[in-house]
Amino acid sequence: MAEKTYLQAISDGLREEMRRDERVFVIGEDVGVYGGAFKVTLGFQEEFGHWRVIDAPLSETAIVGGATGAAIMGMRPVAEMQFADFVSCAWDHLVTVAAKQRWRAGTPVPIVVRLPSGGGFSGGPFHSQNPESWFAHVPGLKCVCPATPEDAKGLLISAIQDPNPVLYFEHKHLYRRIKAEVPDERYTTPLGKARTHLEGDDVTVVTWGAMVYTAEEASRELDGDGVSVEIVDLRTVLPWDKAAVLESVRKTSKVLVLHEDTRTGGFGAEIAATIAEEAFEDLDAPVKRIAAPDSPVPFSPPLEKAFIPQVDDVVQGLRELAEY
Amino acid sequence: MAVREAEPLGSLREVKEAGLDREDLLGIYRNLLITRGVEERGHILYRQGKIPGSFYTGRGNEASAVGVATAMGPDDVGTPLHRDMGVHVTRGVEPWRIFAQYMGRADGPTKGKDGNVHMADSKLGLLAMVSHLPAMLPVAVGCALAFRIRQEPRVAVGWFGEGAAARGDAHEAMNLAGVRRLPVVFICDNNQWAYSTPTHLEYPIEHLADRAAAYGFDGVVVDGTDVLAVYREAKRAIEKAREGGGPTLVECQTLRMEGHAVHDDAFYVPKELFERWAERDPLERFRSWLRENAELSDDEEEEIAGGVKRLLNEAIRRADESPLPDPASLLEGVYATPEDLDTPHHK
Repeated sequence: MAEKTYLQAISDGLREEMRRDERVFVIGEDVGVYGGAFKVTLGFQEEFGHWRVIDAPLSETAIVGGATGAAIMGMRPVAEMQFADFVSCAWDHLVTVAAKQRWRAGTPVPIVVRLPSGGGFSGGPFHSQNPESWFAHVPGLKCVCPATPEDAKGLLISAIQDPNPVLYFEHKHLYRRIKAEVPDERYTTPLGKARTHLEGDDVTVVTWGAMVYTAEEASRELDGDGVSVEIVDLRTVLPWDKAAVLESVRKTSKVLVLHEDTRTGGFGAEIAATIAEEAFEDLDAPVKRIAAPDSPVPFSPPLEKAFIPQVDDVVQGLRELAEY
Repeated sequence: MAVREAEPLGSLREVKEAGLDREDLLGIYRNLLITRGVEERGHILYRQGKIPGSFYTGRGNEASAVGVATAMGPDDVGTPLHRDMGVHVTRGVEPWRIFAQYMGRADGPTKGKDGNVHMADSKLGLLAMVSHLPAMLPVAVGCALAFRIRQEPRVAVGWFGEGAAARGDAHEAMNLAGVRRLPVVFICDNNQWAYSTPTHLEYPIEHLADRAAAYGFDGVVVDGTDVLAVYREAKRAIEKAREGGGPTLVECQTLRMEGHAVHDDAFYVPKELFERWAERDPLERFRSWLRENAELSDDEEEEIAGGVKRLLNEAIRRADESPLPDPASLLEGVYATPEDLDTPHHK
C-alpha cells in the first residue's frame, strides 16, 4: 500500500491494464506527447508507443465511434474526452451505436470513455459539468463515478474488463486534492455496488463523486449536535445499488440525496422516487434532495459557489432532517 | 479539381485480369438476382401486411453493393446500409433470415429487436447499421484502427450516401483515416436523392469523391450500375489499403429507382431521369454483358433464375414459420455478459 492521489490511482490502474492486456489502448486528444490535459497518461506513449497511446484529431465523434469499431474488432479501447462536457460531441456514438449494439445486433461494445467532470475551479459552463444523468437514462450504458483513490483504480480496471460501454466520470476536483492508501497489486471493484463511506444511525446521505467529501465535512459539523450521519457512496450510478440504499434508509429512516449535477431530472430524482416506492413505510421524514440549481455552471467564484452544493447547504439539510 | 473517373470493363480478358473467372461472374449475376428478388418479394410481403413498420429497397444500387462486396476478402469487414442488401447477400447471409428480420420474427438476425435492413451477421464480417447516417463511418474507421494496431492484413469498408456526406461524422471519420492512413475504404452510394433532397442541395462540388483530396487520399468516381467496374475499383482500393496505401473514397453513381421508402412515390424525381436510368438497369446490363462476353446461354440463365426463385420461395416459407419473439425476450442482451465476447471478432 502506498498513499496515492486520485489522479495517480487512475493512471496506475490504466497503466497496469495496458501492461497486462495488449488489447487495451488509449485514444484521445493530447493523450500522447502531452500526457493528457490532466496528465493521467503522462509517460504512457514512451512506454506503449504511438499505436497504443493515440493522439487523435479534435474529433470526439471519431474518437468514440472509432473506439466502438476497434472494440467490436477485439480491442479494449479507453477513450478520453478532454473534459466530460465534450462528450456531447460524441453523444450519438454512445447513445445510438454503442449502447444498443449488443441488444439489437448481438455485438458487444467493450469500451471505456474517461470523462474528467465536475466543477469547483471556475471552469465555467463548458468545463465543469457532471453529465452522468444524461447517460444514466440510456439502457445499455454503465456510468461509474469513483470518489476515492482506491475505488478510482479498482473501478477503472472493472470498467475496462466489462463487456459493455462504460462511462467513467473522474471528478477533476478530486484529482490532486484527495490522497489515500491504494493497494499496489491489481484488484477490481465491482460495478453496481455502493460503499458505505461513513457509518451512522440517524440520517443517510446518498451521494457520489466529489459530493462524498462535502457530505463528510457536513457530517463532522453535526457531530456536536449528536446527529450520526451515514454516507452511502453509490460509486456506480448505472447500474445503481438500490439494495444498499434501501438498507441504509431502513436503518436511519431519513435520507438526503445529494449531487453536484442540476436538480431537475438529475439522478437523485430516480433515487428519491425509488425510496418513495419501496421504503415509504420506513421513512420518518420526506426524502430531501440537495443538488445544483437548474442553471448552466457559472464561471465567477461567487456564482459558482452559489451553484455547487456547499458544506453549509448540506449541514442545513441534515439538521432539518434530524429535527423533523 | 477532377477526380479519376473509372473506365468500364470491356472484355472477358480484362475481367480475368481483375481476378474474376467465369464461375465468379455467374456468382455475381446470381447475387444480383437474389438481391433484387429479396427486395421485390419483401415489398410484396409488405403490401400483404406481413411486414410491420416501413420498407426500404436499394433498387438501382444492386451492382454497387454486390460489386464492392465481391471485392472484399473473407476477413475484411464492412458496415453496409439500407441500399446495400447486395452486400449481405454476397457475404452469405441466408435469405430466409432476411425475411424473418423483415417480418420481425425471432429468427431474424436481430430477433425482432430492430427492423428492415438494420441487421448484420458479424460472423460474416458485417456490422449492423443505425438510422443515424453516416454514424457507421467512424465505426468502420475504428475497425481499421484495430487492424492497424495489430498489423493485420485486413480492411474495413464503410458505406455512406451522398446525403449523409453532409454530416460531421463523415468528415471526422475520413480525416482520422487520412491522418493515420488506416486500411479503410469509403464507399459512397451516390443515388442522387437523399429522401427528396437532390445533390446540389447536399454538396456544392462536382463529385463527392473530390473531397478525398482534402483528406490526403485518392478518390474515384465509378458507374454504380456497372458491377464489373465497381468490382475493379473496389478491389484496387481494398488491396491498396491492405498494402498500407491508406484509404480511398469510391463514389458509386446510381439513381435511387424508388422512393426513400415504400410510402414515398418519389414524385419529386423527374420522370425522364427515371427513364434514362432504367436503361442502365444494373441487372439487365450485366445480363447483356454476360451474353455478349461470357457466352451466357438461355439454359444457364434459366437455371440461375429458377434456382433463385426456389431459394426465395423456400426462404419466405421458412421465415414465415419462424415464431414472433417472446415478449419476455425484450430485456435480453441490453447488457452484454463476458461470454458474449466469445465471438470471432472479440476473440
